[in-house]
Amino acid sequence: MANPSEHIVKSYDEELKHLNSLIGRMGGLVETQLDGAIQAVLRRAPESAEVIVKGDAQVDALETEVGALVVRLLALRQPMAVDLRHIVSALKIAADLERFGDHAKSIAKRAIAISQVPRIPAPGLDRMARMVQAMIKDVLDAYLEGDTNKAVKVWRRDAEVDQLYNSLFRELLTYMMEDPRNITGCAHLLFIAKNVERMGDHATNIAETVHYQVKGTKLPDDRPKGDDPSFTIAEGQG
Amino acid sequence: MTRHLELKTAVMDKKTEDRSEAALGNIPSTKISARNVNVFYGDKQALMDVNLDVNAREVTALIGPSGCGKSTFLRCLNRMNDVIDICRVSGEIVLDGRDIYDRSIDVVQLRALVGMVFQKPNPFPKSIFENVAYGPRIHGLANNGEELDEIVMSSLERAGLLNEVKDRLAEPGTGLSGGQQQRLCIARAIAVSPEVILMDEPCSALDPIATARIEELIDELRANFTIVIVTHSMQQAARVSQRTAFFHLGSLVEVGDTVDIFTNPSDKRTQDYITGRFG
Repeated sequence: MANPSEHIVKSYDEELKHLNSLIGRMGGLVETQLDGAIQAVLRRAPESAEVIVKGDAQVDALETEVGALVVRLLALRQPMAVDLRHIVSALKIAADLERFGDHAKSIAKRAIAISQVPRIPAPGLDRMARMVQAMIKDVLDAYLEGDTNKAVKVWRRDAEVDQLYNSLFRELLTYMMEDPRNITGCAHLLFIAKNVERMGDHATNIAETVHYQVKGTKLPDDRPKGDDPSFTIAEGQG
Repeated sequence: MTRHLELKTAVMDKKTEDRSEAALGNIPSTKISARNVNVFYGDKQALMDVNLDVNAREVTALIGPSGCGKSTFLRCLNRMNDVIDICRVSGEIVLDGRDIYDRSIDVVQLRALVGMVFQKPNPFPKSIFENVAYGPRIHGLANNGEELDEIVMSSLERAGLLNEVKDRLAEPGTGLSGGQQQRLCIARAIAVSPEVILMDEPCSALDPIATARIEELIDELRANFTIVIVTHSMQQAARVSQRTAFFHLGSLVEVGDTVDIFTNPSDKRTQDYITGRFG
């Protein structure tokens, strides 16, 4: 169905625009949080990591604001059809973005810990983070433009993130086997990689929500997935 | 009376069929089937080729902006349009296998089978008892006073009004509150054992509490009756109906499960109307 035109009651449109701008701000913020957290890891910069940890409160505050606006819209506007889907979707997206922000905070906390142990090279991490950053940016563009094609593209891209995560996982296992002194650093990096991988999942959740919002139907359950490293074992084990 | 009985017999057969279907898994059966219904008021066409099935023992809501034809369609279902001289109806409306516009149909009996409740409560200027007893009496549904009492009491009970009026059945119906008057009109409609109840904006003159009582009543009545309701309140359509039909400019635009219509309508005109984008 074509993009809906404006409402007869103009203040309704204003409130929906405000809802979109809150989601847009949340999206921009978590994107920056992810970038800052990964840079703090790679540059071993605990001070900037502290800033990221503190910055999560802003994301949480925006989520609370979205929640309050959604409740207000449901109570006062009694939305139907595309408006109802829009408003419910915004609430779900805000929850995904809030979790996304939590993962950035977790990464930043580990950046502080990791700066005190020997450096481990993890070239895949930066790439993975940049990929997820692009996904969150694109999926929020898809939300704001009501573009399901864009959303579906993001949804498919998560398989690449999964693959990167898998190769990073294997790489880190190798380092750990080479020298037990690497274990602390590698363990932290594994958790960080897992955080980034989960952020990719939140981006795909948002893609699914955008699809529902615009079309009113679910995307299929069989999302393309990369290898699952949960079943990877190190050589010489088992 | 013979014709009425024929129609009734057809209805009874259908009823048995319905029950078995329900027992097999609640597959809705069609109670009323409208095919290519066109209505003209003089030269002006009010309804254009409307095809709509109304399921038995469900509430079907008709929604749409003023002048869209929803009330005109409702009034076709018990031939209320017959009383308007310049009104002409073509097409077919089949109730339980019988075309209600067939020449053999007795309109008075049809209206007993297809009862109606109007926007403004319109009790007769008689006692509460007489309001309900009038229909069964003229249709000869009671053999004696005792049976008539029974019909009146059970109708008031089913309309959720008995407890409030049982001590003042001889008082005038017009002395009741608006919501009570509307429930009295519903009791009056169900007293003649109809199969279908048509409601034309039955709550538009009522406050929210009285409205909620009527909506609860509609929900209870659908166990035994087929209900078609015209309403301007989309929230009401969403609350009380299982299926919703959207009319616009004399055409039926879309009909479907109420949940689908209000969460994901397929036609842009439906969406624009229910989301408040035109009216």
